[in-house]
Amino acid sequence: MLIYIARQLKLPPSRVYGVATFYHLFSFTPKGEHTCTVCMGTACFVKGAGDILDAVAARYDVQPGGSTEDGKLSLNSARCVGSCGLAPVLILDGAVLGKETTETAFTALEAVLSAQQAGQEVNT
Amino acid sequence: MSGPIDLYDVGMREREAQGNARCRVMCCNSTACLSSGAAATREALDKAVEDNGLTDSVQVVPTGCMGWCSEGPLVRVKPAGEDTALYAQVDAQQATDIIQHHLTDDGNQGDRQPAPDVKTLSEDHPFFSRQQRIVLANMGEIDPERLEDYVAHGGYTALEKVLQTMQPADVVQEILASGLRGRGGGGYPTGKKWAMLHAAQADTKYVIANGDEGDPGAYMDRTIMEDDPNNVIEGMTIAAYATGANKGYIYVRAEYPMAVQRLENAIRIAKRNKLLGRSVLGTDFAFDIEVRIGAGAFVCGEETALMASIEGKRGSPMLRPPYPVERGLWGKPSMINNVESYANVAAIIRHGADWFSSIGTENSKGTKVFALAGELNNTGLIEVPMGISLREIIEDMGDGVAGEHDFKAAQTGGPSGGCIPAAHLDTSMDYESLQALGSIMGSGGLIVMNETSSMPEVAKFFMEFCMDESCGKCLPCRAGTVQMHQLLEKICEGKARPSDLVQLESLCDMVAATSLCGLGQSAPNPIVSTLRYFRSEYEDLLMGTSARAVWVAPASQQNAGEGAR
Repeated sequence: MLIYIARQLKLPPSRVYGVATFYHLFSFTPKGEHTCTVCMGTACFVKGAGDILDAVAARYDVQPGGSTEDGKLSLNSARCVGSCGLAPVLILDGAVLGKETTETAFTALEAVLSAQQAGQEVNT
Repeated sequence: MSGPIDLYDVGMREREAQGNARCRVMCCNSTACLSSGAAATREALDKAVEDNGLTDSVQVVPTGCMGWCSEGPLVRVKPAGEDTALYAQVDAQQATDIIQHHLTDDGNQGDRQPAPDVKTLSEDHPFFSRQQRIVLANMGEIDPERLEDYVAHGGYTALEKVLQTMQPADVVQEILASGLRGRGGGGYPTGKKWAMLHAAQADTKYVIANGDEGDPGAYMDRTIMEDDPNNVIEGMTIAAYATGANKGYIYVRAEYPMAVQRLENAIRIAKRNKLLGRSVLGTDFAFDIEVRIGAGAFVCGEETALMASIEGKRGSPMLRPPYPVERGLWGKPSMINNVESYANVAAIIRHGADWFSSIGTENSKGTKVFALAGELNNTGLIEVPMGISLREIIEDMGDGVAGEHDFKAAQTGGPSGGCIPAAHLDTSMDYESLQALGSIMGSGGLIVMNETSSMPEVAKFFMEFCMDESCGKCLPCRAGTVQMHQLLEKICEGKARPSDLVQLESLCDMVAATSLCGLGQSAPNPIVSTLRYFRSEYEDLLMGTSARAVWVAPASQQNAGEGAR
């Protein structure tokens, strides 16, 4: 991929690699089926987002920035998603959930993950 | 449509349509309210209106942010000739009730009392009454996706006035006279920047809007771009006319997809109506705007890094001078202003520089939008005149600190700013006063902490942010932030010696003095300001001091810093 971009743009691969590693949104590891992002901006931090992140990490055995072994869930932390009035904030597959606690985060995660499983059973 | 838009005609027709409606129901459709369930509320409102056969006489308007984000979803009902009612935390069922109550014969039609069983907010509450809205004037009033609504509220008349009656130099003079200063944090006089680009000689010049709002805790630019995109476009177009630029870029961070979508939509509609393009409003002034999306790098808010990022390179800052106005984007003279700065421009042109400079303090004119967050009862977005006291914002507008806790500090300016302790609550909120306290205005994030927050932990949190976000180009920032973070970790774990604190302070001086760009220069600010006001908290954590005690944080604070990695 990087080599292809470098060839097409007639740039040295090191330049392309440099850009790809510089920005947070380019990733070298495959994403899980579902993405859970915990906002760790100041407002969320003050309101205890760290606990939520740790709890999710522990429960699903996944490191922030990584994915679960079965590739179902990716866990990330974000710098600030700009919904500080609702801190702490969680983004689950693109939907912003506000005023979260560890419990509500688990409930939301379970809902997303089990919906996926149910869908698979129907398919097979 | 072939010719340019007839603003007068469009505005009048839209105002007429709005005036003829029996009722306008505004439903907040901004990010915060949407995550509180505003989409369902709006659907219910639409359905209730349809079910009751009111589609012709009642307008349901999806509007921008009404400000009081902690009470969302917000719904404002504005019946013709009656008082407005503002409802809070409206779910789908309550939305149906509201329509029933206000507009059908079953309900008490004409009754001025708000619907029962739904939480209402008073517009006389200090949260609203202390505000003075210039930048946010249209928020919660108009549908951000419709050009007509913006025009009906006076939109693009400033651009028309400028094009028809003013020379570019007059426009620059007007902005200079208004005293507007950069709203991104630095506070550099906006007019001076414009004058420099106006004077620059080149065949191509660029104006750029900085919407890379990276400070955690700040979301005013997001709201402006999402909820009044035309205001930004109008401000930029006036800037381009005044400075002789022919191309504009709006740099938006990728974390704000809705802002990108609404800006692009507004630009498309503006082009179709000849408000942008080869012949703006039928004159020979040509100007075009393009949206560029970031990819998640805090340093790209720094102007030289931002330009590098627009060019498709790594967002590494460059040494200044040359300043962007001498050699900027693709080597051409360029000018970068914050989104909020541009959002002030149209109002200044419409009402005049004298009007604008009558608001605020001697050196800080106009208003500032703050994002109120943290341990407060009321959180949300407010726009207040410069010079208001921090106490008024926190105690009156924010209704004080939430729960059974005491105010400890307010953090302004994000990772480049500092903490203001209770002793300085009466500080006037303007550029100079905040700087004197060791903080900065910054982009406008205002985060309140109660006594359960440990200041060394807070400093560590910000240092970790700066460490992660350092671009690595210059040594003081790349290595200094890591060193400072390690020392803070040692302190927070209770393993530091007094000599470590001395070393931390000297590192702060060194990094601030020798870093290449603003990120490194301001990275030590959170440490310096917390040391200034809460030094004892650091000292209590040092080994070998008599008062040694490891900080016992409440459960919600423990490990919070470590999780962010």
